[in-house]
Amino acid sequence: MKKFLASTVAASALALMLGMTSVRAEDAVDPNAKQGGAITITYKDDVATLDPAIGYDWQNWSMIKSLFDGLMDYEPGTTNLKPDLAESYEIAPDGKTFTFKLRHGVKFHNGREMTADDVKYSLDRVTNPKTQSPGAGFFGSIKGYDDVAAGKAEGLSGVTVVDPYTVKFELTRPDATFLHVMAINFAHVVPKEEVEKYGADFGRHPVGTGAFKLTEWTLGQRLVFERNPDYWHKGLPHLDKITFEIGQEPIVALLRLQKGEVDMLGDVIPPAKFQEVMADPEQKARVVEGGQLQTGYVTMNTTMAPFDNVKVRQAVNMAINKARVVQIINNRAVPANQPLPPSMPGYNKDYKGYPYDVAKAKALLAEAGHPDGFETQLFAMNTDPNPRIAQAIQQDLAVIGIKASIQSLAQANVIAAGGDKAGAPMIWSGGMAWIADFPDPSNFYGPILGCAGAVPGGWNWSWYCNKDLDAKAAEADSVVDPAKAGERDKMWSAIYDKVMEDAPWVPIFNEQRFTLKSARMGGADNLYVDPVHIPINYDNVYVKDVQ
Amino acid sequence: MIAYLGRRLIQSALILFGVSLITFALLYLLPADPVRQIAGRSATPQTVENIRQQLGLDQPFVVQYWHYLTKLISGDLGRSYIQRSEVTELIVSRLPASLLLMVGAILCELLIGLSMGLIAAVKRGTATDQTLMVASFVGVSAPQFVVGLLLLYVFAVRLSWFPIGGYGTWRHLVLPSLTMGILGAGWYARMMRSSMIDVLRQDYVRTARAKGLARSAIIFRHALPNAILPVIAMIGIDIGIFMGGIVVVESVFGWPGIGQLAWQAIQRVDIPIIMGVTLVSAFAIVLGNLLADIIAPFIDPRIKLR
Repeated sequence: MKKFLASTVAASALALMLGMTSVRAEDAVDPNAKQGGAITITYKDDVATLDPAIGYDWQNWSMIKSLFDGLMDYEPGTTNLKPDLAESYEIAPDGKTFTFKLRHGVKFHNGREMTADDVKYSLDRVTNPKTQSPGAGFFGSIKGYDDVAAGKAEGLSGVTVVDPYTVKFELTRPDATFLHVMAINFAHVVPKEEVEKYGADFGRHPVGTGAFKLTEWTLGQRLVFERNPDYWHKGLPHLDKITFEIGQEPIVALLRLQKGEVDMLGDVIPPAKFQEVMADPEQKARVVEGGQLQTGYVTMNTTMAPFDNVKVRQAVNMAINKARVVQIINNRAVPANQPLPPSMPGYNKDYKGYPYDVAKAKALLAEAGHPDGFETQLFAMNTDPNPRIAQAIQQDLAVIGIKASIQSLAQANVIAAGGDKAGAPMIWSGGMAWIADFPDPSNFYGPILGCAGAVPGGWNWSWYCNKDLDAKAAEADSVVDPAKAGERDKMWSAIYDKVMEDAPWVPIFNEQRFTLKSARMGGADNLYVDPVHIPINYDNVYVKDVQ
Repeated sequence: MIAYLGRRLIQSALILFGVSLITFALLYLLPADPVRQIAGRSATPQTVENIRQQLGLDQPFVVQYWHYLTKLISGDLGRSYIQRSEVTELIVSRLPASLLLMVGAILCELLIGLSMGLIAAVKRGTATDQTLMVASFVGVSAPQFVVGLLLLYVFAVRLSWFPIGGYGTWRHLVLPSLTMGILGAGWYARMMRSSMIDVLRQDYVRTARAKGLARSAIIFRHALPNAILPVIAMIGIDIGIFMGGIVVVESVFGWPGIGQLAWQAIQRVDIPIIMGVTLVSAFAIVLGNLLADIIAPFIDPRIKLR
């Protein structure tokens, strides 16, 4: 399998060098996988919508990926891009034109064949302000986006249907993340006739090209997905049926799993029960651990005294004992020293970060003119374990003389305070922490560390704006040639190194994901902690007890 | 009677109007921006403003409230911000579950509460009386979250008598009803006890006893019907307490009612759902009180409607 992948990658790299064209080879399917069977998965919160233009939740993210497809996707369980509804693509040498050749014979669940018109329609729809898509901004590099977003045009002038199986994208600037953008849910292909039929209720009646179709949705209780027998990817999905039971408290769901009524917890293992599960060898063997494209951090408002002084921010970086914070959450994370998580391309393995050094922190504070510390506020979300983490940080800060009072608030209120320039001196990001939308280093910059995010209502809660770095980020993102991806990753590493020098954040930890499954579930471990098909790759898992 | 009814109906409408205004104002003043919740973390400022405009949230408070009210009068509760479905549809689909739980809970609390109160009154001053009253006090003060998890653990996980949460059969209904009922049972036990003690002190009871009637006949044929009526009349008022409890109990048991809907909506500042559930609950409470007041004189002739 590994060899096969390597040869595919080598072949596509070669093709890219020749004319920057990539042709996909058929994906391999797990030879041990069995066909058939039904599973039950629980979720605590309701599924909001299954409209790919709108859905943006933990629960519906992977469900939408199983009902719909995009031009691009990722190798199961990895962050490696691959063409999906596209058969091949071609990038013009200037990096501003992308041409995709579509597969033939791909059918929507309603039986109609998907063509290039559907691709164009889907992108026109997602960028149209009337759709109210939270993901519209991802398509900002496509020509004509500004007119559509301003309501001046109905369609993107940069998307052209060349023929029924060819669609061309023209961009206003070279965009190295564009292939990722074509893989994100918001770019998934929807059939116009079904969208028009159901209008605002399309999210309740999803019709896509995906591996599963929705056959039942009892509001607030359950959703049933059944295998799409006409799925274009032969051999997938393995399961005949998935029942999602919703509104289940995680503790109750865990009890049900232990009794064999449930196959998987869609939510995390409840913290109160985590140690109990891990202490039982039988259960522990069924826990899958994986990294997440996530970083938990403390922001310091760089426009507010005394955090406008870089020495103060560096002192805070040295004052917090991250290992202890990780212990608070039962070691379900690894301490972080930079904004990017370890599994993200561009992560700098050689970067050591700020050491935990109270004496040095005190010295830096004194140098900054605060030998006796100062008083400040630390905002945190009010759900466990965030208040406990905030308290640990508060205690660490007290050691170097910083008296931080904790403002423990509902998520929406913390977000509001962070988006207000005079709102919050410090914020612990837990519960709202950044999870990447796609596995690319740029995804941790723009909205949370770039100047674009340092606006009222933005997510750059440290209000850090370094124009020089913004320019470097734009430069890195104009390196479109996939053959130069390594070079581009290095450029990004350098950007984050510089961010850490200015220390607007204290990176605290990268959460690890632990999924508990029943004994009958089969498939590679990385499918259960898939970095993109979050939380689980439904298309590729299977059950072992079918004949 | 008709004048009374008309007056009460106008009062009820005014209360509902007041509830809608206060809730709307509180949600408007909330230091959280619903548009940021809808737009998510990757939205550009332009996307955020577009959504704000589409939802009419850039309008002043009075205009927003007026829009809401005019739509409300035609029965339209709007569309959920997050779920993007009609709020009416979301509530209607979950209302049967909540009503079922309410019926179950009322049965539980009456059954448990009235029998406890009756026994305590008859055995007044004894150890049984005291034990029952302590138990009723515990019932009233125990947090429903704890009671629910405790019942789940003992009867569903350990003993496997009932399913672990969920919805569908009568067996699913027992534990959540019991959890809700235990709180109410405490109140009913106390009311029933004092009502029964009152009745047992009445002259006619003494006369019956003097006639040589059997103790059970006195209690069940003469005293109980009189003692129970004022207690039963409390059910209408009970709906208020009930509406407060369903949020917790439905979440613990995964019961797909409007309490669970409200809880999820509150966490995500989904204002149309919060408004809708609040109004429906307020309506239920107002209706319950109204019915209780109208029925009271039929049950207890000493009460006159004016």
